[in-house]
Amino acid sequence: MKIIVLMKQTFDTEAKITLDGQGKINRQGVNLIINPYDEFAVEEALRIKEKHGGEVVLVSVGADSVQEALRQALAMGADRAVLINPEMEEVDEFTTATILARAVSGLGYDLILGGWRAIDDGSAQVAGRVAEILDLPVVNQVTKIEIEAGKAVATRDIEGGNEVVEVSLPAVLTAQKGLNEPRYPTMKGIMQAKKKPMEKKNLADLGLSADQAAPKVKVLEYFLPKPRAAGKILEGEVPEAVAALVKALREEAKVI
Amino acid sequence: MAKGIWVYAEVRDNKIKKVTCEILSAGRKFADQLGEELCAVLVGKGLAELAPGLGAYGADKVYVIEGDRLENYTTDGYTKVVADLIKEHQPSAFLLGCTIRGRDLAAQVAQRLNTGLLTDCTDIALEDGRLVFTRPIYAGKAFVRAYCPEARPVMATIRPNVLPVDAPQEGRTAEVVPVSADPGDLRQVIREVVRQVSTRPELTEADIIVSGGRGMKGPENFKILEELADVLGAAVGASRAAVDAGWAPHSMQVGQTGKTVSPTIYIACGISGAIQHLAGMGSSKCIVAINKDPEANIFKVATYGIVADLFQAVPLLTEEFKKLLASS
Repeated sequence: MKIIVLMKQTFDTEAKITLDGQGKINRQGVNLIINPYDEFAVEEALRIKEKHGGEVVLVSVGADSVQEALRQALAMGADRAVLINPEMEEVDEFTTATILARAVSGLGYDLILGGWRAIDDGSAQVAGRVAEILDLPVVNQVTKIEIEAGKAVATRDIEGGNEVVEVSLPAVLTAQKGLNEPRYPTMKGIMQAKKKPMEKKNLADLGLSADQAAPKVKVLEYFLPKPRAAGKILEGEVPEAVAALVKALREEAKVI
Repeated sequence: MAKGIWVYAEVRDNKIKKVTCEILSAGRKFADQLGEELCAVLVGKGLAELAPGLGAYGADKVYVIEGDRLENYTTDGYTKVVADLIKEHQPSAFLLGCTIRGRDLAAQVAQRLNTGLLTDCTDIALEDGRLVFTRPIYAGKAFVRAYCPEARPVMATIRPNVLPVDAPQEGRTAEVVPVSADPGDLRQVIREVVRQVSTRPELTEADIIVSGGRGMKGPENFKILEELADVLGAAVGASRAAVDAGWAPHSMQVGQTGKTVSPTIYIACGISGAIQHLAGMGSSKCIVAINKDPEANIFKVATYGIVADLFQAVPLLTEEFKKLLASS
């Protein structure tokens, strides 16, 4: 079973966001991690491989810094990694999906996993677009995966509950929190990861031009939300403070 | 030339979702300014009776795509019928609610139509004749304003609870256009659907949210939050700390790795206010914090704070609200 994991490197969830001199997101000094939802996908791929055999291949689009995240997933147990640096000034989800789909189609696959969204742009559309380009069925936000004879049976979140969806393989499944608890790399894993293959490619290597992957969406500006002013602490004994709170919500904030 | 602003009409429990009315209200204004039609797309089975009512929220026309194989939502079936209809009529914009289903459908349709998609938008503006969308990134720690220069329709999913709904115009009805459509091959086979029966509103659409964190000390104590929520008709949320401790399911998590919410009132109980939690609820209109640690970060963003043991304050608050709501 050949399992592809679509992976993205993101800022740490604790990262404070600032803008640089050009008004873009400041990347200086920010701690980078594997997108947490992609980490669930890596873990699930490893578990499926442990049960059914096969190979786990990581594919990512980004700058050289992404190698660090890929090495970490290799240390968890993935077999090899492919990193495509688009070297484009601006990219969007269409760009990334176009590149990923091209890279993946050259690798061959039985199953493609990824996080259901990345915690940075939060757009939740790259994996779906990849599925569409490759003409594969997609199931998003899965919290459980069973592989049985050429099929995947996935439990996915729906509003107010969940549903069990069956798809034939190959298919694209995206991981939701709850799917598993990702393992930590072992010291042995970390040592082995250094020797695992990491292929670096550019668009020309994939036979793509920048035009073919040109973004559909254009950014006008980035901005930071206005900081919320700290409000009022309601003093006094708890019963008084609670009464004052309800009064304030009604008469001052007028929200109830 | 592409013309028409289209809105996906999402239905749950045989009712049009509030987010659909929110988008129609905004779409009506842009349609008027651009001199284009506002159309809704309704997909499912046995929903035709809901179609005319969309007119009250501003729709001029409602395309109704019905079929036995569209009774349950499947990514394949809905993508095909919606994308086919869009290809035929070529609207300039297609907007959906940023719900689990809206997100799922939007990504597939956007790629099939080779167009751009802006997700989870919190604002839309018409500037120089083009729609400009504001959307949060890094879970609301920053925002981006973007548009789609060429590809049509421009697509966007809109976050529930942020755009105002105009009062329905009684008597205004929409032209209903039944569409016969072939959902094609459905590769997703739904084996089982499990719905938790809940009388509470959906977290992302709730007007009031009562949320608990590490200070709850255990799953059994969420009961006091539920009692408060029931008095207020509120949803119950949880911080990552409470979810990771196993006290609440992930579906209740508010924050960067959970749901992003913008209720009118967010009541944070025993939540310290980690940056990733604040990202998920920072756009709430009024934040109430109850925490016994006066130094807790949550007080820096709270509209009103009470420094107290939540186990004392929350039941008192429930009683106060009961009194208030009984008297009004």
